Amino acid sequence: MEIFQITSLSLQVSTLATIISMVIGLPFGTWLALGTFRGRNIILSVINTGMALPPVVVGLVVAMMLWRSGPLGDLRLIYTPWAIVIAQTVIAAPVVTGLTAAALEALDPRLRQQLLGLGASRLQMIWYLWREARLPLLAALMAGFGAVISEVGASMMVGGNIKGQTRVLTTAIVLETSKGEFNFALALSALLLVITYIINLALTWIQQRAEKKS
Amino acid sequence: MSSLIEISDLRMKRNGRVVLDVEHLSIPRGETLTVVGPNGAGKSTLLLTLASLLKPASGEIRFNGKALSQWNELEYRRKVSFVFQSPLLLDMTVEQNIGLGLKFRGLPKEEIRQRVGRWVRDLGVESLLGRRAGQLSGGEAQRVSLARAFVLEPELLLLDEPFAALDPPTRTRLLDDLSALLADEHRTAVFVTHNLNEAAKLSHRIGVIVEGSMRQVGTAREIKLHPADETVRAFLQELPQ
Repeated sequence: MEIFQITSLSLQVSTLATIISMVIGLPFGTWLALGTFRGRNIILSVINTGMALPPVVVGLVVAMMLWRSGPLGDLRLIYTPWAIVIAQTVIAAPVVTGLTAAALEALDPRLRQQLLGLGASRLQMIWYLWREARLPLLAALMAGFGAVISEVGASMMVGGNIKGQTRVLTTAIVLETSKGEFNFALALSALLLVITYIINLALTWIQQRAEKKS
Repeated sequence: MSSLIEISDLRMKRNGRVVLDVEHLSIPRGETLTVVGPNGAGKSTLLLTLASLLKPASGEIRFNGKALSQWNELEYRRKVSFVFQSPLLLDMTVEQNIGLGLKFRGLPKEEIRQRVGRWVRDLGVESLLGRRAGQLSGGEAQRVSLARAFVLEPELLLLDEPFAALDPPTRTRLLDDLSALLADEHRTAVFVTHNLNEAAKLSHRIGVIVEGSMRQVGTAREIKLHPADETVRAFLQELPQ
């Protein structure tokens, strides 16, 4: 059924974009939080601006890059799910980076010295700082996922909303609404909300389980 | 006694300003040296530098006869252990907190358990092993923090006003316990405090830092009777009697 295919694609694309954003954002945000280098504040303000990037603008820029005539046109990714993953990663990565930096900056700065003073290597220190900030870090992940599962502008522009190929829940909702199929659009919206709720519930459960175990 | 630490012409700068200047300081193995001085005098900076957590602008610190710059940083840091004014425990159980430094060193779980077991008995926190750090009182947390430092059996123990935030009875009890432990263990320690009585009770010698400069090093009696200069005399007069 089409609805399962759309839902499955939405989940796959947004989950993958969130994971890639975490792989980029966690180390980058940590570097920004712990570093004391020139230009750090400028980078942080750029990241903070990036957290509020309008998805439609991201969609336009990524589309221009991926168009056949664009610099990455040879990759032939435009109007494929990979294009949506790229655009959603551009949206989520600053969110994860910025919230990671904020989470680590909120820890007592002497904690780093204490960990080093107990003989931690740099990597051990970072690992235990992540561990101390695990709740806000999981919240960063949730915020990143929330930003991409709910966006429509970027998916529409780089994916093209092609039935059976790049149609995701949000683009399907827009299409059904424009066709006047309000009931179907509402059903899809409810589905999107339920999925988002279940995923957040699962992450919250992981969060609380981690807290109990530690 | 051979020197564990030899400091010569050590200078620390912050924003271009000299915040610590120690011409010469030698700490024999097994000695407890207490560093006293007014707020912002550079006491904590000295400890952080000795822990290799701050890099000197110039001068040299020798540990076991070898300059700090020649030590592998991690190897050196693992010979030292630091206790801050705030216990800075991690969000985990007391047992995990105390064993953390040993875990960093890759020791097997059984050995960690045994060593933690010994030190929780010595510091009277055995009954707290399963508790989480957030459930401890200030005194309990600081005892755990001391156990976490002692369990590493460091060659050099650095204590930065560890009892400053505690109420007087808890402070006295902890000071007695620490004093006994340092005497029993013959461990080399540098202890920072505001309190000269605390310093006299705990240490072999006292160093007085005023305005970033180590003005005098001697016994409590020497310092009280013969202050090296006016700044030391003025600092002593400001202390509560």
